[in-house]
Amino acid sequence: MAHVHYLKIEGRSIGFLALLALLGVLIAIGVGAALYMEHNGHWVTGMSNQVIWGTPHVFAVFLIVAASGALNVASIASVFGRQLYKPLARLSGLLAIALLAGGLAVLVLDLGRPERLIVAMTYYNFKSIFAWNIILYIGFMGIVAVYLWMMFERRFNDYTKTAGMAAFLWRLTLTTGTGSIFGFLVSREAYSSALLAPMFIILSFAYGLAIFLLVLFAATRWTGRPLGDVMVTRLKNLLGVFVASALYFVVAYHLTNLYMTGKHDLERFILLDGGVYTRLFWIGQILVGGVLPLVLLYSKLGRSRYMNALAAVLVIVGGLAQMYVTIIGGQAFPMPLFPGKEASSSFFDGVVASYTPSLPEILLGIGGIGIALGLTVFAIKILPFLPQSLADADVDPHYKAT
Amino acid sequence: MRTLNLQRILASLVLATGLAMASSASLAHEKEGIESGLSGRVPMPVHNANTDKGDECVQPEEVMRRDHMKFILHQRDKTMHEGIRTTQYSLKNCVDCHADAKTGSVLGKEGFCESCHAYAAIKLDCFECHSAVREAAAVTPPSAARNLVSPQKMAGVPVKGKKHEH
Amino acid sequence: MNINRRQFLGMGGAAVAAVTLAPGFKLIELAQARSPEEATSSLHRWGLLIDSSKCADGCTSCVSACADENGIQSHNRPATDAQWIRKVTLKDKQTGHVQTLPLMCQHCEEPPCVDVCPTGASFKRADGIVLVDKHICIGCRYCMMACPYKARSFIHEVTTGQKSHAPRGKGTVESCTLCVHKVDRGDGSTACADACKKEGHEAILFGDLKDPSSEISKRLASQPSTQLRADLKLNTGVRYQGI
Repeated sequence: MAHVHYLKIEGRSIGFLALLALLGVLIAIGVGAALYMEHNGHWVTGMSNQVIWGTPHVFAVFLIVAASGALNVASIASVFGRQLYKPLARLSGLLAIALLAGGLAVLVLDLGRPERLIVAMTYYNFKSIFAWNIILYIGFMGIVAVYLWMMFERRFNDYTKTAGMAAFLWRLTLTTGTGSIFGFLVSREAYSSALLAPMFIILSFAYGLAIFLLVLFAATRWTGRPLGDVMVTRLKNLLGVFVASALYFVVAYHLTNLYMTGKHDLERFILLDGGVYTRLFWIGQILVGGVLPLVLLYSKLGRSRYMNALAAVLVIVGGLAQMYVTIIGGQAFPMPLFPGKEASSSFFDGVVASYTPSLPEILLGIGGIGIALGLTVFAIKILPFLPQSLADADVDPHYKAT
Repeated sequence: MRTLNLQRILASLVLATGLAMASSASLAHEKEGIESGLSGRVPMPVHNANTDKGDECVQPEEVMRRDHMKFILHQRDKTMHEGIRTTQYSLKNCVDCHADAKTGSVLGKEGFCESCHAYAAIKLDCFECHSAVREAAAVTPPSAARNLVSPQKMAGVPVKGKKHEH
Repeated sequence: MNINRRQFLGMGGAAVAAVTLAPGFKLIELAQARSPEEATSSLHRWGLLIDSSKCADGCTSCVSACADENGIQSHNRPATDAQWIRKVTLKDKQTGHVQTLPLMCQHCEEPPCVDVCPTGASFKRADGIVLVDKHICIGCRYCMMACPYKARSFIHEVTTGQKSHAPRGKGTVESCTLCVHKVDRGDGSTACADACKKEGHEAILFGDLKDPSSEISKRLASQPSTQLRADLKLNTGVRYQGI
């Protein structure tokens, strides 16, 4: 296998500085939105006592799930020994850390008392999956950092496999924990399911790879580094597999619910008359996030890079829609406190809770994306994360020009 | 080599002298009290003591100045989790006693808690949730609540009327 | 030993008196306030019994009493205003029968909110009252997601005018405290129960679930009652009759 050369990007062009500036502005706006929310209290947002977690959590959970999925490419190389993916492993690790940082930042900045983060790090209730997640998230950053170090430093390259395995197992635990945040809750009908943990794992595969693909396209194109079809074909086919698997889990989840009479109200709400949630489910999650990307990736259109990139964008949009339906739709649906009765109260019992994303929430979420991408852009300038060439000849030892 | 050594020795001498001066200055400040010699960009803390409750707090002033958070933190856990509602270190009792005679509150420009915290530039978090207003007379007169064998008088000067002079 | 009839009768009378009076002494001991230095213990478990058939449609005295007692103010934003207790109107989908009942934190024995709190701020006291330690609450609202009764509220704005016995502030979560300050004082009831009694409905009864001689225990032992969402097996401290 040809030796891979990694090179820092030059990072002196106007385009690069403009990109950094843009991301910086997004971050600043996000932080400003968080300060506004914290200072005035959450009444300035769309979140309420009925829809408790809103748009920031949609973005945060999406970013965190995508972060563990972004590490996939490196895992395939280190854990499953596919040499073809090895040149991408560094970028994969970087993206994993950056996306996680972005997601966590949004989560922390949305807390009612963000200044008490130190309390969250020092008072632990070990029965809480949330507490475990704090440990898992921080540990993930550390383990991936060590993994990257093993890859960067020549004399440690032999340990890459061990570190990669550790990172792989850790991120499976982490995503299980993230899915379990919802899966462990008995309170709401849409949650309380063991299926949510593995579903989140498969979603992470899809979201993470979609983001990875887009970042790879952009990074190689804007730095003028070659990216061959062999690599792209492999990645886009893999993305298709993940999207199809994610669809399978969604089908399994809803099919099971549809079988249970008790869950029919919930299914009718999501699949039929839930208004915005129904539209987001069918159009956003299934069509845009599932069917269309599969068509784009596996049909003849799949040969075009632009179509591949579009498919990745659609997967991301569909993923956000899926998070919205799960997190917000799951809360909007009334809690089954009194089966067989119509309930009404001053606390919105028995009715679908109304929720509109507010501007501060959206800006905070976008700020998280800014943090994730900003960290990535900054890092590839200061350290050699990107391979110099991913052309077919450089990547595939058996390549023969046709 | 010799000159290098000499420079190092001189530098450390200057540093040591500076530190010594600074620490002695702060010690002097403590001795004289915080009202000595400083021009007032930040208003001095105000202590409109309610002497009708006695002129002693539940602990001596020097102890309270440094360690009042220790007592508060310990008490809050006991009250919250075990329901122990003794009054000696109860925040409510502190407020009931230290509340300003006019405003009835420990906050405000001349509030007992806020004026000192503003001077020391330490954010007061308690009264985001806790009431800062005296609701009733303090439950136990402080001097009876003290658990020391020989209560220490506040350093130096006895209390004259409303303002403490040090 | 040789005792005459008078002595025997005297001893018997004393024994009977002792047996009669002893439970009364125990009652008095339980009803007295716990002294402030004493920690709570699991010897008691405080709870409520709510009789929906006595709850009057349109009456919200319990809600106003709770707001009054704990300093809860309305900001005219019903979606985000805190509500520790609410009146729920139920209409049977099949029969059309309408009833009302008050709903508050159920003070479960196995509270999901306590399980999920990352810092341990949501906790259960030894005597069964579920509380939020707002000193360590970080405002993540996970307990609100977890509560099967939607009992918790998040404080969405700067708060003023707190009662000294009920601290509450922006950015933390809160719920019905079962009037813990009144319980510790030995008042023997909650604000909502008192208000309901004052209105003459007596739909809410407060008491010690572990004391077999308390009125609440006697009623629970002799009449049918149920928990809300009993299938979750949380063993709530608030029980309902008439639903």
